[in-house]
Amino acid sequence: MGAGHAHKLYRHARSPVHALPPHCKIAAVFCFVLVVVATPREALWAFGLYALLLAVVTAAARVPAAFLLRRLLIEVPFVAFAVLLPFVAQGERVTVWGLSLSESGLWGAWNILAKGTLGVAASVLLASTTELRALLLGLQRLRMPPLLVQIASFMIRYGDVVTDEMRRMRIARESRGFTARGVRHWKVLATSAGALFIRSYERGERVHLAMVSRGYTGTMPVIDEVTATRAQWTYAAALPLAALAVCLTGWMLT
Amino acid sequence: MTPATPPSLEVSGLAFAYPDGHQALFGVELSVGRGERVALLGPNGAGKTTLVLHLNGILGGGAGSVRVAGLPVDKRHLAEIRRRVGIVFQDPDDQLFMPTVREDVAFGPAAAGLRGAELAACVDRALARVGMSGYADRPPHHLSFGQRRRVAVATVLAMEPEILVLDEPSSNLDPASRRELADILRSLDVTVLMVTHDLPYALELCERSVVLSDGVIAADGPTRELLCDEELMAAHRLELPFGFDPRSVALRG
Repeated sequence: MGAGHAHKLYRHARSPVHALPPHCKIAAVFCFVLVVVATPREALWAFGLYALLLAVVTAAARVPAAFLLRRLLIEVPFVAFAVLLPFVAQGERVTVWGLSLSESGLWGAWNILAKGTLGVAASVLLASTTELRALLLGLQRLRMPPLLVQIASFMIRYGDVVTDEMRRMRIARESRGFTARGVRHWKVLATSAGALFIRSYERGERVHLAMVSRGYTGTMPVIDEVTATRAQWTYAAALPLAALAVCLTGWMLT
Repeated sequence: MTPATPPSLEVSGLAFAYPDGHQALFGVELSVGRGERVALLGPNGAGKTTLVLHLNGILGGGAGSVRVAGLPVDKRHLAEIRRRVGIVFQDPDDQLFMPTVREDVAFGPAAAGLRGAELAACVDRALARVGMSGYADRPPHHLSFGQRRRVAVATVLAMEPEILVLDEPSSNLDPASRRELADILRSLDVTVLMVTHDLPYALELCERSVVLSDGVIAADGPTRELLCDEELMAAHRLELPFGFDPRSVALRG
């Protein structure tokens, strides 16, 4: 399947997690994230259990831990703000290693960091065990608005085509002795971007023409129907249900 | 007595002006019999693309009529007309818009309501006819240009069209891909209308050619005769490639 076309987020393997229907996995990850977000931040142990649950899924999916951790780095720019919180937040202050930090800020930072990391880890797991194409089929199956699914699917198909066009335009510019240096050259770059937009727009019109010529009337015909058995649903539900149990215990104990 | 099969394509008195007032067609008369392969020649701006877009009802509203296997091209029959007229556009990247080859070939038949095993069989058949069976699960942008053009032909063949309309089928192909495509087109049992500037290709594949110039059919006859008529060729800005003599070419079959 898809020889040579694994997106770099996807990691090819044969595992029970890979084999699950995409819409089950999407639903499971979505519910898992909801449950994690709903957990009280004071229940520190609960987040440890969530991480453990994800570790079990990672092992079942045969995704190496190093791979998962490397992918988690995507989160860094987003949590930078969380690191600032203990310094800028108001309220009671505590002293850690000689630094005066805000207690509510610390809790806030922990909250964002823990929930964010768990959410990203779950998403990375989903992406590394499900092909892009399958994700789209799953979203379609989950009754996501068809227009959004179509837009996403065209992005996958034409991303490379447009990037290629961009590269050719850059080569054409450079062949005529142009290299972008500083503000004065922004006009040239902006013009190129404009030209690229027009070209893509015109391509869109031609693609539409080709679609209409083959009987397109506004909705994509169903070509691949993804289905799931009750067993597969149960299997996928294990993660969010276990998380829900942890979450409820967390609420009762705090 | 059974009535004679209607021609695959019948265009009569077709005239069309774009909304901006530019008139592209002035009364086109053209009939293509079932199983014929006809080349549509003409200089740039002669109205070739405009004519092609009339064949499946994307453009319309001017004077005259188009019939495909007897069925008039109008609003009521659009779905059936688009199944009967398979247009292969010039840029395969425009034609192949689905994430994988298989889904792309399945698009037309699925839009027509085919599902499941029937759909899969239809896709396999179409890909086999263009020699691309092993590529069903590839994304189109990982294929060579020649392969993409062949898949584009398959996407249309999957709909079992009455007439295959090819817009510049040989453009951007290297000589080997060009020959492969010619072999495929020759092997198909379907009416073909081929819009092209590539006169040797027209001679190789089509016994009959028509010249569209300034919005009318200026000539209609055996391809070799037309290509040998220097006066006609010059009058419509058609030029043979350097060193090519249509008289000296031995045609197959």
